[in-house]
Amino acid sequence: MIVWLRQHRNALALALRRLAGAPVNTLLSLLAIGVALALPAGGQMLYSNARSALPGLSASPQISLFMAVDAKSKDTQDIAERLHRFDGIASAKPVSREVTLARMKAGAGLAEVLEALPQNPFPDAFVVNPRDERPEAMEKLAAELRKLPRVEHVQLDSAWVQRLDALLRLGRTAVLLLALLLGVGLVAITFNSIRLQVLTSRAEIEVSRLLGATDAFIRRPYYWFGALQGLLGGLVAWAMVFGATVWLRGPIFDLASLYRLDFALAPLAASDAGLMLVLAAALGWTGAALSLHETTADN
Amino acid sequence: MIRFDRVSKRYPPGIDALADVSFEAGAGEFLIVGGHSGAGKSTLLKLIAAIERPTGGAVLVNGQNVGALARGAIPFLRRNIGLVFQDQKLLFDRNLFDNVMLPLAIAGFAPREAARRVRAALDKVGLLSREKAMPISLSGGEQQRLAIARAVVGRPGMLLADEPTAHLDSDTARDVAAIFHEFHQVGVTVIVATYDQRLFPGGRQVRLDHGRLAA
Repeated sequence: MIVWLRQHRNALALALRRLAGAPVNTLLSLLAIGVALALPAGGQMLYSNARSALPGLSASPQISLFMAVDAKSKDTQDIAERLHRFDGIASAKPVSREVTLARMKAGAGLAEVLEALPQNPFPDAFVVNPRDERPEAMEKLAAELRKLPRVEHVQLDSAWVQRLDALLRLGRTAVLLLALLLGVGLVAITFNSIRLQVLTSRAEIEVSRLLGATDAFIRRPYYWFGALQGLLGGLVAWAMVFGATVWLRGPIFDLASLYRLDFALAPLAASDAGLMLVLAAALGWTGAALSLHETTADN
Repeated sequence: MIRFDRVSKRYPPGIDALADVSFEAGAGEFLIVGGHSGAGKSTLLKLIAAIERPTGGAVLVNGQNVGALARGAIPFLRRNIGLVFQDQKLLFDRNLFDNVMLPLAIAGFAPREAARRVRAALDKVGLLSREKAMPISLSGGEQQRLAIARAVVGRPGMLLADEPTAHLDSDTARDVAAIFHEFHQVGVTVIVATYDQRLFPGGRQVRLDHGRLAA
Protein backbone atom coordinates (compact mmCIF):
# COMPACT_ATOMS: atom_id res chain seq x y z
CA MET A 1 0.00 0.00 0.00
CA ILE A 2 2.77 2.43 0.95
CA VAL A 3 4.71 1.37 -2.14
CA TRP A 4 1.62 1.92 -4.26
CA LEU A 5 1.03 5.40 -2.86
CA ARG A 6 4.70 6.27 -3.24
CA GLN A 7 4.68 5.19 -6.87
CA HIS A 8 1.58 7.27 -7.52
CA ARG A 9 3.25 10.27 -5.91
CA ASN A 10 6.33 9.74 -8.06
CA ALA A 11 4.18 9.37 -11.18
CA LEU A 12 2.29 12.57 -10.31
CA ALA A 13 5.56 14.42 -9.80
CA LEU A 14 6.84 13.10 -13.13
CA ALA A 15 3.63 14.18 -14.89
CA LEU A 16 3.93 17.68 -13.42
CA ARG A 17 7.58 17.85 -14.51
CA ARG A 18 6.58 16.86 -18.03
CA LEU A 19 3.84 19.50 -18.12
CA ALA A 20 6.29 22.13 -16.89
CA GLY A 21 9.07 20.81 -19.11
CA ALA A 22 7.30 21.72 -22.36
CA PRO A 23 5.57 25.00 -21.46
CA VAL A 24 4.59 25.97 -25.01
CA ASN A 25 3.02 22.59 -25.75
CA THR A 26 1.31 22.59 -22.38
CA LEU A 27 -0.04 26.09 -22.87
CA LEU A 28 -1.42 25.29 -26.31
CA SER A 29 -3.07 22.08 -25.12
CA LEU A 30 -4.57 23.84 -22.12
CA LEU A 31 -5.92 26.63 -24.34
CA ALA A 32 -7.45 24.11 -26.74
CA ILE A 33 -9.06 22.20 -23.88
CA GLY A 34 -10.08 25.44 -22.20
CA VAL A 35 -11.89 26.75 -25.27
CA ALA A 36 -13.53 23.36 -25.86
CA LEU A 37 -14.87 23.29 -22.30
CA ALA A 38 -15.66 27.01 -22.07
CA LEU A 39 -18.34 26.73 -24.77
CA PRO A 40 -20.63 24.28 -22.95
CA ALA A 41 -19.71 25.81 -19.58
CA GLY A 42 -20.62 29.26 -20.86
CA GLY A 43 -23.83 27.84 -22.30
CA GLN A 44 -24.64 26.32 -18.93
CA MET A 45 -23.92 29.65 -17.25
CA LEU A 46 -26.31 31.49 -19.61
CA TYR A 47 -28.90 28.76 -19.24
CA SER A 48 -28.96 28.84 -15.45
CA ASN A 49 -29.13 32.63 -15.56
CA ALA A 50 -32.12 32.47 -17.88
CA ARG A 51 -33.70 29.86 -15.61
CA SER A 52 -33.24 31.99 -12.53
CA ALA A 53 -34.55 35.08 -14.35
CA LEU A 54 -37.69 33.25 -15.48
CA PRO A 55 -39.62 33.26 -12.17
CA GLY A 56 -39.00 37.01 -12.02
CA LEU A 57 -40.42 37.46 -15.51
CA SER A 58 -43.38 35.21 -14.96
CA ALA A 59 -44.27 36.60 -11.55
CA SER A 60 -47.44 37.93 -13.12
CA PRO A 61 -48.92 34.99 -14.97
CA GLN A 62 -52.61 35.53 -14.55
CA ILE A 63 -55.85 33.98 -15.53
CA SER A 64 -58.55 36.28 -16.86
CA LEU A 65 -62.08 35.11 -16.16
CA PHE A 66 -64.99 36.69 -18.07
CA MET A 67 -68.61 36.30 -17.05
CA ALA A 68 -71.37 35.99 -19.59
CA VAL A 69 -72.51 39.41 -20.83
CA ASP A 70 -76.04 38.77 -19.59
CA ALA A 71 -74.94 37.52 -16.18
CA LYS A 72 -76.68 39.28 -13.31
CA SER A 73 -74.65 41.01 -10.64
CA LYS A 74 -75.99 38.33 -8.28
CA ASP A 75 -74.17 35.71 -10.42
CA THR A 76 -70.96 37.73 -10.34
CA GLN A 77 -71.26 38.06 -6.56
CA ASP A 78 -71.67 34.32 -6.39
CA ILE A 79 -68.56 33.63 -8.43
CA ALA A 80 -66.56 36.15 -6.40
CA GLU A 81 -67.37 34.18 -3.26
CA ARG A 82 -66.52 30.86 -4.86
CA LEU A 83 -63.22 32.18 -6.16
CA HIS A 84 -62.44 33.36 -2.69
CA ARG A 85 -62.78 29.82 -1.34
CA PHE A 86 -60.81 28.24 -4.24
CA ASP A 87 -57.68 26.42 -3.09
CA GLY A 88 -55.41 27.15 -6.01
CA ILE A 89 -56.09 30.86 -6.08
CA ALA A 90 -53.91 33.41 -4.33
CA SER A 91 -56.12 36.37 -5.10
CA ALA A 92 -58.94 37.30 -7.46
CA LYS A 93 -59.56 40.92 -8.32
CA PRO A 94 -63.03 41.73 -9.62
CA VAL A 95 -63.28 44.12 -12.56
CA SER A 96 -66.89 45.21 -12.96
CA ARG A 97 -68.36 45.89 -16.38
CA GLU A 98 -68.95 49.55 -15.48
CA VAL A 99 -65.32 50.07 -14.62
CA THR A 100 -64.24 48.45 -17.88
CA LEU A 101 -66.67 50.60 -19.83
CA ALA A 102 -65.40 53.78 -18.14
CA ARG A 103 -61.80 52.84 -18.84
CA MET A 104 -62.51 52.05 -22.46
CA LYS A 105 -64.37 55.32 -22.92
CA ALA A 106 -61.37 57.15 -21.51
CA GLY A 107 -59.23 55.48 -24.14
CA ALA A 108 -58.74 57.25 -27.43
CA GLY A 109 -61.16 56.66 -30.33
CA LEU A 110 -63.47 54.18 -28.68
CA ALA A 111 -65.69 56.64 -26.83
CA GLU A 112 -68.00 57.43 -29.74
CA VAL A 113 -68.38 53.82 -30.77
CA LEU A 114 -69.28 52.84 -27.23
CA GLU A 115 -71.76 55.73 -26.94
CA ALA A 116 -73.52 54.46 -30.03
CA LEU A 117 -74.08 51.01 -28.57
CA PRO A 118 -77.46 50.42 -26.92
CA GLN A 119 -75.92 48.79 -23.87
CA ASN A 120 -72.62 48.03 -22.14
CA PRO A 121 -70.87 45.39 -24.27
CA PHE A 122 -68.41 44.38 -21.57
CA PRO A 123 -68.91 41.53 -19.13
CA ASP A 124 -67.92 41.44 -15.50
CA ALA A 125 -64.45 39.98 -15.13
CA PHE A 126 -61.92 38.75 -12.62
CA VAL A 127 -58.15 38.84 -12.71
CA VAL A 128 -57.04 35.66 -10.95
CA ASN A 129 -53.57 35.18 -9.50
CA PRO A 130 -52.93 31.48 -9.08
CA ARG A 131 -51.05 30.08 -6.13
CA ASP A 132 -49.01 27.66 -8.28
CA GLU A 133 -47.52 29.37 -11.32
CA ARG A 134 -46.25 26.34 -13.17
CA PRO A 135 -47.85 26.04 -16.63
CA GLU A 136 -49.38 22.59 -15.92
CA ALA A 137 -50.93 23.77 -12.68
CA MET A 138 -52.32 26.85 -14.34
CA GLU A 139 -53.85 24.81 -17.13
CA LYS A 140 -55.56 22.63 -14.56
CA LEU A 141 -56.87 25.60 -12.62
CA ALA A 142 -58.21 27.20 -15.81
CA ALA A 143 -60.05 23.99 -16.68
CA GLU A 144 -61.72 24.02 -13.28
CA LEU A 145 -62.67 27.68 -13.58
CA ARG A 146 -64.28 27.01 -16.98
CA LYS A 147 -66.76 24.68 -15.25
CA LEU A 148 -68.12 27.45 -13.01
CA PRO A 149 -71.69 28.58 -13.85
CA ARG A 150 -72.24 31.68 -15.96
CA VAL A 151 -68.52 31.87 -16.79
CA GLU A 152 -68.22 32.54 -20.49
CA HIS A 153 -64.49 32.55 -21.09
CA VAL A 154 -61.28 31.76 -19.20
CA GLN A 155 -58.06 33.02 -20.69
CA LEU A 156 -54.69 31.75 -19.65
CA ASP A 157 -51.95 34.34 -19.92
CA SER A 158 -49.24 31.70 -19.68
CA ALA A 159 -48.78 30.69 -23.31
CA TRP A 160 -45.67 32.79 -23.59
CA VAL A 161 -44.33 31.25 -20.41
CA GLN A 162 -44.70 27.84 -21.98
CA ARG A 163 -42.95 29.01 -25.12
CA LEU A 164 -40.06 30.38 -23.10
CA ASP A 165 -39.94 27.17 -21.14
CA ALA A 166 -39.73 25.12 -24.33
CA LEU A 167 -37.04 27.44 -25.64
CA LEU A 168 -35.01 26.98 -22.47
CA ARG A 169 -35.38 23.20 -22.68
CA LEU A 170 -34.04 23.41 -26.22
CA GLY A 171 -31.15 25.52 -24.94
CA ARG A 172 -30.47 22.91 -22.28
CA THR A 173 -30.34 20.16 -24.89
CA ALA A 174 -28.03 22.26 -27.05
CA VAL A 175 -25.66 22.75 -24.11
CA LEU A 176 -25.63 19.00 -23.43
CA LEU A 177 -24.99 18.21 -27.09
CA LEU A 178 -22.18 20.76 -27.21
CA ALA A 179 -20.68 19.30 -24.03
CA LEU A 180 -20.83 15.81 -25.52
CA LEU A 181 -19.14 16.85 -28.77
CA LEU A 182 -16.44 18.90 -27.13
CA GLY A 183 -15.90 16.17 -24.51
CA VAL A 184 -15.02 13.88 -27.39
CA GLY A 185 -12.72 16.65 -28.59
CA LEU A 186 -11.01 16.74 -25.21
CA VAL A 187 -10.45 12.99 -25.31
CA ALA A 188 -8.94 13.38 -28.78
CA ILE A 189 -6.62 16.19 -27.66
CA THR A 190 -5.40 14.10 -24.72
CA PHE A 191 -5.06 11.01 -26.89
CA ASN A 192 -2.75 12.89 -29.20
CA SER A 193 -0.60 14.57 -26.58
CA ILE A 194 -0.12 11.28 -24.74
CA ARG A 195 0.76 9.53 -27.99
CA LEU A 196 3.44 12.12 -28.73
CA GLN A 197 4.79 11.78 -25.19
CA VAL A 198 5.00 8.02 -25.43
CA LEU A 199 6.79 8.29 -28.76
CA THR A 200 9.37 10.69 -27.36
CA SER A 201 9.90 8.51 -24.27
CA ARG A 202 10.49 5.29 -26.21
CA ALA A 203 14.00 4.87 -24.79
CA GLU A 204 12.89 5.40 -21.23
CA ILE A 205 9.99 2.97 -21.61
CA GLU A 206 12.22 0.31 -23.17
CA VAL A 207 14.86 0.61 -20.45
CA SER A 208 12.24 0.63 -17.71
CA ARG A 209 10.76 -2.61 -19.04
CA LEU A 210 14.21 -4.23 -19.10
CA LEU A 211 14.68 -3.18 -15.49
CA GLY A 212 11.46 -4.90 -14.42
CA ALA A 213 8.83 -2.17 -14.77
CA THR A 214 5.24 -3.39 -14.93
CA ASP A 215 2.75 -1.99 -17.44
CA ALA A 216 1.10 -0.14 -14.56
CA PHE A 217 4.39 1.53 -13.62
CA ILE A 218 4.99 2.68 -17.18
CA ARG A 219 1.45 3.93 -17.74
CA ARG A 220 0.89 5.62 -14.40
CA PRO A 221 2.61 8.96 -15.20
CA TYR A 222 0.64 9.23 -18.44
CA TYR A 223 -2.66 8.70 -16.66
CA TRP A 224 -1.74 11.47 -14.29
CA PHE A 225 -0.61 13.61 -17.18
CA GLY A 226 -3.94 13.18 -18.97
CA ALA A 227 -6.00 13.83 -15.86
CA LEU A 228 -3.91 16.87 -14.87
CA GLN A 229 -4.07 18.30 -18.37
CA GLY A 230 -7.85 17.90 -18.35
CA LEU A 231 -8.15 19.45 -14.89
CA LEU A 232 -5.94 22.43 -15.76
CA GLY A 233 -7.80 22.86 -19.05
CA GLY A 234 -11.02 22.87 -17.01
CA LEU A 235 -9.60 25.63 -14.82
CA VAL A 236 -8.72 27.62 -17.94
CA ALA A 237 -12.30 27.14 -19.16
CA TRP A 238 -13.66 28.27 -15.80
CA ALA A 239 -11.46 31.37 -15.91
CA MET A 240 -12.68 32.13 -19.44
CA VAL A 241 -16.34 31.81 -18.44
CA PHE A 242 -15.76 33.86 -15.31
CA GLY A 243 -14.05 36.56 -17.36
CA ALA A 244 -16.92 36.59 -19.84
CA THR A 245 -19.44 36.84 -16.98
CA VAL A 246 -17.69 39.86 -15.52
CA TRP A 247 -17.41 41.45 -18.93
CA LEU A 248 -21.07 40.87 -19.85
CA ARG A 249 -22.52 41.78 -16.47
CA GLY A 250 -22.53 45.57 -17.01
CA PRO A 251 -24.12 45.61 -20.48
CA ILE A 252 -26.70 42.98 -19.50
CA PHE A 253 -27.62 44.87 -16.35
CA ASP A 254 -28.12 48.03 -18.44
CA LEU A 255 -30.26 46.13 -20.94
CA ALA A 256 -32.34 44.59 -18.17
CA SER A 257 -32.95 47.91 -16.51
CA LEU A 258 -34.33 49.26 -19.79
CA TYR A 259 -37.00 46.56 -19.42
CA ARG A 260 -37.39 47.50 -15.76
CA LEU A 261 -35.93 44.17 -14.69
CA ASP A 262 -33.63 43.79 -11.76
CA PHE A 263 -31.27 41.21 -13.18
CA ALA A 264 -27.55 40.70 -12.69
CA LEU A 265 -25.63 37.95 -14.55
CA ALA A 266 -24.47 35.32 -12.06
CA PRO A 267 -21.18 33.42 -12.57
CA LEU A 268 -21.10 29.67 -13.18
CA ALA A 269 -22.46 27.91 -10.10
CA ALA A 270 -19.85 26.25 -7.89
CA SER A 271 -21.51 22.85 -8.35
CA ASP A 272 -21.47 23.22 -12.15
CA ALA A 273 -17.84 24.37 -12.09
CA GLY A 274 -16.89 21.45 -9.82
CA LEU A 275 -18.69 18.99 -12.08
CA MET A 276 -16.89 20.43 -15.10
CA LEU A 277 -13.47 20.05 -13.44
CA VAL A 278 -14.18 16.46 -12.41
CA LEU A 279 -15.47 15.59 -15.88
CA ALA A 280 -12.50 17.29 -17.54
CA ALA A 281 -10.06 15.27 -15.41
CA ALA A 282 -12.00 12.06 -16.08
CA LEU A 283 -12.06 12.71 -19.83
CA GLY A 284 -8.31 13.43 -19.80
CA TRP A 285 -7.76 10.15 -17.99
CA THR A 286 -9.93 8.39 -20.57
CA GLY A 287 -7.98 9.92 -23.44
CA ALA A 288 -4.75 8.75 -21.81
CA ALA A 289 -6.16 5.25 -21.30
CA LEU A 290 -7.20 4.96 -24.95
CA SER A 291 -3.86 6.28 -26.12
CA LEU A 292 -1.88 3.94 -23.86
CA HIS A 293 -3.96 1.01 -25.01
CA GLU A 294 -2.90 1.96 -28.51
CA THR A 295 0.75 2.84 -27.97
CA THR A 296 2.13 0.70 -25.15
CA ALA A 297 0.28 -2.54 -25.73
CA ASP A 298 3.05 -4.63 -27.20
CA ASN A 299 6.58 -3.95 -26.17
CA MET B 1 19.72 -21.90 -10.97
CA ILE B 2 19.69 -21.69 -14.76
CA ARG B 3 19.00 -24.63 -17.00
CA PHE B 4 18.77 -24.68 -20.78
CA ASP B 5 17.04 -27.80 -22.03
CA ARG B 6 17.46 -28.33 -25.79
CA VAL B 7 16.75 -24.69 -26.43
CA SER B 8 16.48 -23.31 -29.93
CA LYS B 9 15.61 -19.86 -31.17
CA ARG B 10 14.74 -19.27 -34.75
CA TYR B 11 14.19 -15.78 -36.15
CA PRO B 12 12.14 -15.41 -39.29
CA PRO B 13 12.81 -16.25 -42.07
CA GLY B 14 14.43 -19.40 -40.75
CA ILE B 15 17.64 -18.11 -39.20
CA ASP B 16 18.71 -20.27 -36.29
CA ALA B 17 20.28 -18.09 -33.61
CA LEU B 18 20.41 -21.00 -31.18
CA ALA B 19 19.94 -24.69 -31.91
CA ASP B 20 19.60 -27.50 -29.42
CA VAL B 21 21.49 -25.77 -26.60
CA SER B 22 21.58 -27.51 -23.23
CA PHE B 23 23.62 -26.47 -20.19
CA GLU B 24 23.26 -25.68 -16.53
CA ALA B 25 24.65 -22.97 -14.31
CA GLY B 26 24.42 -23.27 -10.54
CA ALA B 27 23.82 -20.50 -8.02
CA GLY B 28 26.93 -18.43 -7.40
CA GLU B 29 28.64 -19.64 -10.55
CA PHE B 30 30.71 -17.46 -12.89
CA LEU B 31 29.86 -18.53 -16.43
CA ILE B 32 31.63 -17.17 -19.49
CA VAL B 33 29.76 -17.59 -22.77
CA GLY B 34 32.29 -17.34 -25.56
CA GLY B 35 32.08 -17.47 -29.31
CA HIS B 36 32.44 -15.45 -32.45
CA SER B 37 30.23 -12.52 -33.31
CA GLY B 38 26.81 -13.82 -34.31
CA ALA B 39 27.27 -17.14 -32.50
CA GLY B 40 24.11 -16.54 -30.47
CA LYS B 41 25.58 -15.19 -27.21
CA SER B 42 23.23 -12.20 -26.99
CA THR B 43 20.24 -14.37 -27.82
CA LEU B 44 21.17 -16.75 -25.02
CA LEU B 45 21.23 -13.90 -22.47
CA LYS B 46 17.96 -12.47 -23.82
CA LEU B 47 16.26 -15.82 -23.31
CA ILE B 48 17.26 -15.87 -19.63
CA ALA B 49 15.75 -12.40 -19.03
CA ALA B 50 12.66 -13.25 -21.12
CA ILE B 51 13.46 -10.47 -23.58
CA GLU B 52 13.05 -13.18 -26.22
CA ARG B 53 11.14 -16.43 -25.98
CA PRO B 54 12.60 -19.72 -27.23
CA THR B 55 11.03 -21.34 -30.27
CA GLY B 56 11.96 -24.78 -28.94
CA GLY B 57 12.99 -26.34 -25.64
CA ALA B 58 12.77 -24.80 -22.18
CA VAL B 59 14.73 -22.12 -20.31
CA LEU B 60 14.45 -22.62 -16.56
CA VAL B 61 15.46 -19.92 -14.08
CA ASN B 62 15.10 -20.92 -10.42
CA GLY B 63 12.84 -23.72 -11.59
CA GLN B 64 10.55 -21.38 -13.55
CA ASN B 65 10.05 -21.91 -17.26
CA VAL B 66 10.68 -18.31 -18.32
CA GLY B 67 9.68 -18.99 -21.93
CA ALA B 68 6.17 -19.73 -20.73
CA LEU B 69 5.88 -16.86 -18.23
CA ALA B 70 2.76 -14.72 -18.42
CA ARG B 71 3.42 -11.18 -19.59
CA GLY B 72 2.52 -9.84 -16.17
CA ALA B 73 5.08 -12.05 -14.41
CA ILE B 74 8.08 -11.03 -16.51
CA PRO B 75 8.82 -7.76 -14.65
CA PHE B 76 9.24 -9.66 -11.39
CA LEU B 77 11.67 -12.09 -13.03
CA ARG B 78 13.72 -9.17 -14.34
CA ARG B 79 13.91 -7.47 -10.97
CA ASN B 80 16.05 -10.35 -9.77
CA ILE B 81 18.37 -10.07 -12.78
CA GLY B 82 20.93 -7.32 -13.25
CA LEU B 83 21.31 -6.62 -16.96
CA VAL B 84 24.34 -4.98 -18.56
CA PHE B 85 23.97 -4.37 -22.27
CA GLN B 86 26.58 -3.94 -24.92
CA ASP B 87 25.07 -0.57 -25.81
CA GLN B 88 24.47 0.21 -22.10
CA LYS B 89 20.99 1.67 -22.67
CA LEU B 90 21.63 4.59 -20.36
CA LEU B 91 19.13 7.43 -20.22
CA PHE B 92 20.85 10.60 -21.33
CA ASP B 93 18.16 12.97 -20.11
CA ARG B 94 19.05 12.46 -16.43
CA ASN B 95 22.14 12.43 -14.27
CA LEU B 96 24.10 9.43 -12.99
CA PHE B 97 22.21 9.31 -9.72
CA ASP B 98 18.81 9.19 -11.43
CA ASN B 99 19.98 6.57 -13.92
CA VAL B 100 20.95 4.25 -11.09
CA MET B 101 17.81 5.20 -9.15
CA LEU B 102 15.48 3.94 -11.89
CA PRO B 103 15.42 0.22 -10.92
CA LEU B 104 14.73 1.14 -7.29
CA ALA B 105 11.95 3.54 -8.28
CA ILE B 106 10.45 0.72 -10.32
CA ALA B 107 10.64 -1.65 -7.37
CA GLY B 108 9.10 1.00 -5.10
CA PHE B 109 11.92 1.55 -2.60
CA ALA B 110 11.59 4.19 0.10
CA PRO B 111 13.47 7.31 -1.06
CA ARG B 112 16.02 7.39 1.76
CA GLU B 113 16.93 3.71 1.53
CA ALA B 114 17.04 4.01 -2.27
CA ALA B 115 19.39 7.01 -2.17
CA ARG B 116 21.68 5.13 0.20
CA ARG B 117 21.80 2.15 -2.15
CA VAL B 118 22.34 4.30 -5.23
CA ARG B 119 25.36 5.96 -3.61
CA ALA B 120 26.72 2.58 -2.51
CA ALA B 121 26.42 1.24 -6.06
CA LEU B 122 28.03 4.34 -7.57
CA ASP B 123 30.81 4.08 -4.99
CA LYS B 124 31.35 0.45 -5.92
CA VAL B 125 32.10 1.37 -9.55
CA GLY B 126 34.09 4.49 -8.61
CA LEU B 127 31.60 7.09 -9.85
CA LEU B 128 30.24 8.42 -6.55
CA SER B 129 31.94 11.81 -6.91
CA ARG B 130 30.13 12.35 -10.22
CA GLU B 131 26.57 11.49 -9.24
CA LYS B 132 25.27 14.85 -10.50
CA ALA B 133 27.02 14.54 -13.89
CA MET B 134 25.15 13.63 -17.04
CA PRO B 135 26.01 10.31 -18.74
CA ILE B 136 27.07 12.08 -21.94
CA SER B 137 30.06 13.54 -20.09
CA LEU B 138 31.39 10.08 -19.22
CA SER B 139 34.02 8.11 -21.12
CA GLY B 140 33.14 4.74 -22.64
CA GLY B 141 34.54 2.84 -19.66
CA GLU B 142 32.73 5.09 -17.21
CA GLN B 143 29.45 4.62 -19.05
CA GLN B 144 29.93 0.86 -18.85
CA ARG B 145 30.61 1.14 -15.11
CA LEU B 146 27.48 3.26 -14.72
CA ALA B 147 25.50 0.54 -16.48
CA ILE B 148 26.94 -2.01 -14.03
CA ALA B 149 25.99 0.19 -11.08
CA ARG B 150 22.43 0.33 -12.39
CA ALA B 151 22.39 -3.45 -12.86
CA VAL B 152 23.51 -4.23 -9.32
CA VAL B 153 21.77 -1.48 -7.32
CA GLY B 154 18.74 -3.69 -6.72
CA ARG B 155 21.06 -6.43 -5.40
CA PRO B 156 19.89 -9.07 -7.86
CA GLY B 157 20.84 -12.69 -7.42
CA MET B 158 22.07 -12.84 -10.98
CA LEU B 159 24.10 -10.52 -13.19
CA LEU B 160 23.95 -10.89 -16.98
CA ALA B 161 26.35 -8.93 -19.12
CA ASP B 162 26.49 -8.82 -22.91
CA GLU B 163 29.96 -7.88 -24.20
CA PRO B 164 30.58 -5.50 -21.29
CA THR B 165 34.15 -4.84 -22.41
CA ALA B 166 33.54 -4.28 -26.11
CA HIS B 167 34.80 -0.93 -27.39
CA LEU B 168 37.00 -0.47 -24.30
CA ASP B 169 40.78 -0.22 -24.34
CA SER B 170 42.53 -3.13 -22.64
CA ASP B 171 43.26 -1.36 -19.32
CA THR B 172 39.69 -0.12 -18.96
CA ALA B 173 38.37 -3.54 -20.02
CA ARG B 174 40.42 -5.18 -17.24
CA ASP B 175 39.00 -2.70 -14.69
CA VAL B 176 35.45 -3.45 -15.77
CA ALA B 177 36.07 -7.21 -15.79
CA ALA B 178 37.43 -6.96 -12.27
CA ILE B 179 34.14 -5.48 -11.07
CA PHE B 180 32.30 -8.60 -12.25
CA HIS B 181 34.73 -10.76 -10.33
CA GLU B 182 34.02 -8.74 -7.20
CA PHE B 183 30.31 -9.37 -7.51
CA HIS B 184 30.94 -13.04 -8.11
CA GLN B 185 32.98 -13.16 -4.93
CA VAL B 186 30.06 -11.86 -2.85
CA GLY B 187 27.84 -14.66 -4.13
CA VAL B 188 26.14 -13.22 -7.20
CA THR B 189 25.64 -15.59 -10.14
CA VAL B 190 27.43 -13.90 -13.05
CA ILE B 191 26.99 -14.75 -16.72
CA VAL B 192 29.11 -12.79 -19.15
CA ALA B 193 28.92 -13.09 -22.91
CA THR B 194 32.24 -12.06 -24.40
CA TYR B 195 34.47 -12.60 -27.39
CA ASP B 196 37.52 -12.10 -25.16
CA GLN B 197 37.49 -14.84 -22.52
CA ARG B 198 41.01 -14.00 -21.34
CA LEU B 199 39.61 -11.00 -19.47
CA PHE B 200 37.60 -13.30 -17.20
CA PRO B 201 39.95 -15.91 -15.81
CA GLY B 202 38.53 -18.36 -13.35
CA GLY B 203 35.04 -18.58 -14.80
CA ARG B 204 33.59 -21.73 -16.30
CA GLN B 205 33.50 -21.41 -20.06
CA VAL B 206 30.97 -22.52 -22.62
CA ARG B 207 31.48 -21.77 -26.30
CA LEU B 208 28.84 -21.16 -28.92
CA ASP B 209 29.52 -21.82 -32.56
CA HIS B 210 26.82 -20.85 -35.03
CA GLY B 211 24.14 -21.25 -32.39
CA ARG B 212 25.34 -24.64 -31.19
CA LEU B 213 27.21 -25.45 -28.03
CA ALA B 214 30.83 -26.40 -28.85
CA ALA B 215 32.49 -28.91 -26.60
